[in-house]
Amino acid sequence: MFSLIESFRSAILSVKAHGFRSFLTTLGIIIGVSSTIAVVSVIQGLSHSINQQFEGFGSNSISIRSFTPREERMKGKIARISANDVEMIRRHSEGVEFITPTLSSTIGGTSPVKYKGNQAFAQIAGTTYTYQDVQNIDIKYGRFLSYSDNQTRRKVIVIGEKLREDLSLPNNPVGSFVNFAGEWLKVIGLAEPRGSFFGFSQDNFAILPYNTMRGLNGNLLEPDIFVQLQLKNVDDLDQIKAKLRTILRKQHHLEPDEDDDFKIETPEQLTSGISQLISTMTVVLGGIVSISLIVGGIGIMNIMLVSVTERTREIGICKAIGAKRHHILLQFLIEAVVLSLLGGIIGIVLGYGLGMLAAAAIPNFPAANVPLWAVGIAFGFSAFVGILFGILPAAKAANLDPIDALRYE
Amino acid sequence: MSLIQLNNICKFYSMGDQTVKALDHINLTIKQNDYVAFIGSSGSGKSTMMNILGCLDQPTEGEYLLNDKNVSLLSQNELADIRNQEIGFIFQSFNLLPRADALHNVMLPLVYKGVSLEKRKKLATQALEKVNLSDRMDHIPSQLSGGQRQRVAIARALVTSPSILLADEPTGNLDSQTTRDIMQLFDELHQEGQTIIMVTHEDEIAEHCHRVIRLSDGQIIEDYVNEKEVALV
Repeated sequence: MFSLIESFRSAILSVKAHGFRSFLTTLGIIIGVSSTIAVVSVIQGLSHSINQQFEGFGSNSISIRSFTPREERMKGKIARISANDVEMIRRHSEGVEFITPTLSSTIGGTSPVKYKGNQAFAQIAGTTYTYQDVQNIDIKYGRFLSYSDNQTRRKVIVIGEKLREDLSLPNNPVGSFVNFAGEWLKVIGLAEPRGSFFGFSQDNFAILPYNTMRGLNGNLLEPDIFVQLQLKNVDDLDQIKAKLRTILRKQHHLEPDEDDDFKIETPEQLTSGISQLISTMTVVLGGIVSISLIVGGIGIMNIMLVSVTERTREIGICKAIGAKRHHILLQFLIEAVVLSLLGGIIGIVLGYGLGMLAAAAIPNFPAANVPLWAVGIAFGFSAFVGILFGILPAAKAANLDPIDALRYE
Repeated sequence: MSLIQLNNICKFYSMGDQTVKALDHINLTIKQNDYVAFIGSSGSGKSTMMNILGCLDQPTEGEYLLNDKNVSLLSQNELADIRNQEIGFIFQSFNLLPRADALHNVMLPLVYKGVSLEKRKKLATQALEKVNLSDRMDHIPSQLSGGQRQRVAIARALVTSPSILLADEPTGNLDSQTTRDIMQLFDELHQEGQTIIMVTHEDEIAEHCHRVIRLSDGQIIEDYVNEKEVALV
């Protein structure tokens, strides 16, 4: 049995003998593999952290928000979840652990808050004490909203670090008074800073009791409320979802042929949406990578053909002293695979480094995460490319006539 | 005992509409421990003879018996085995692998034979000792002189203990002193019982051999015993 080790030794020797050329040859593979690994690691890191955030949310929760289809919006209709709707949900809340309504001052926008002549804009939400668990808010100073804050419509507020800075409040702002919508509110808590996400500060917010917020908004604006429900038992999820839908359709006076003007979502739905996005991205990336690997493979084939021509005489010598067809075939095939695997390994290492660098360069971006399957696929694919594009030059070498090869100058 | 038996061997090449008769009905017997030189001018057919005897090429017609085995009908892979185990090639331009050191060059035929690494090293070391190169085993060909390279090539030819040592102008690229050294080595190998076949156009080289066969236009025109050399033995 012919020694495979001998083929590997000779392949590595030959790759080393033409160091720079080998490097240039593998460059196509290196670039292809490293760019994929870098992008996959960043995406995977992102999806990992998104999933973690949803895990905190709990799988036994339901969220309800208003939804206006595009055509409706163009007609000037805007769907809302009103305080009445929330009240209705609360009345039919068998099987629900707690309800967390969130009332924003302006949807997606910011509102002014004042302190001693300073004015800053922040996202203001009115909600209940359960919001702390739902959103995983940690308190640095003071406390979060309590049940009674809401019940008695206390004029209190919990603020984020960014808002505290913008208003030049003391480091421990508890006890200070800030002005929002013409009312003085007592700061009762400062949230732990959470940093920024994609360049947006997550600390530019203020939270006050839901009922206080309703009072402040008054009748100025018909509110649109975002509702989160925590269920007692996850098995009731579908049943409760169906019941909520019936309630809201009735509340909104929807005819049977009309679509829902709200959305009832579970964390699974949200995460499955994200996973779908991620798998689409992965497929697109896979396509790009296969193209770049094919280009890299052609580079390897090209240089292997040159190498076979250069070493025609060597092949002749080997055949003269007893090398069979498969010995020569294997030797050149292994050389091609060694080249492409080398490119694959360098690419994986480089791509991992690039991914880490990218994740580190973007503030508060989750750490890069290279899944083992990506490394496996990159490795396997490079080996496959080596075999695929090595077979032609190797066959050319193996089929050389020993006399012609020996005579080759 | 006849080691090589050629019966009506022909090798024809077609060059356009012309047929070149490189070997034209050759009948020849070479015995064990013969020391034969094929001589002749270029185009006489001695290279073709070398290729056929070395199983690098197959005859157009005729029968080639090596150790009583008809090798003119074998496949490429079977011929590779014959070359590996029965024949040791020595070339004018040494034909060593440039990137491998002397030891690995000598070990290479054993790789194809499927000998284990340990045994390969042992046999290759012995072969290199035989050609007085045990101190140059880790040198690559470019670090060796012409004579040393040819010694490595001889060691490589000997390492599989072949039936025939086939040398094609073995001293063609060497100076006169080195030529004498190499020929002395061949003489010693012959005295140890090795069958040696040489192709050369130099008469001084042929004088070392005990039997001289002159080829011209693909035919044997002279086949004589070198009385002086035989007498010396």
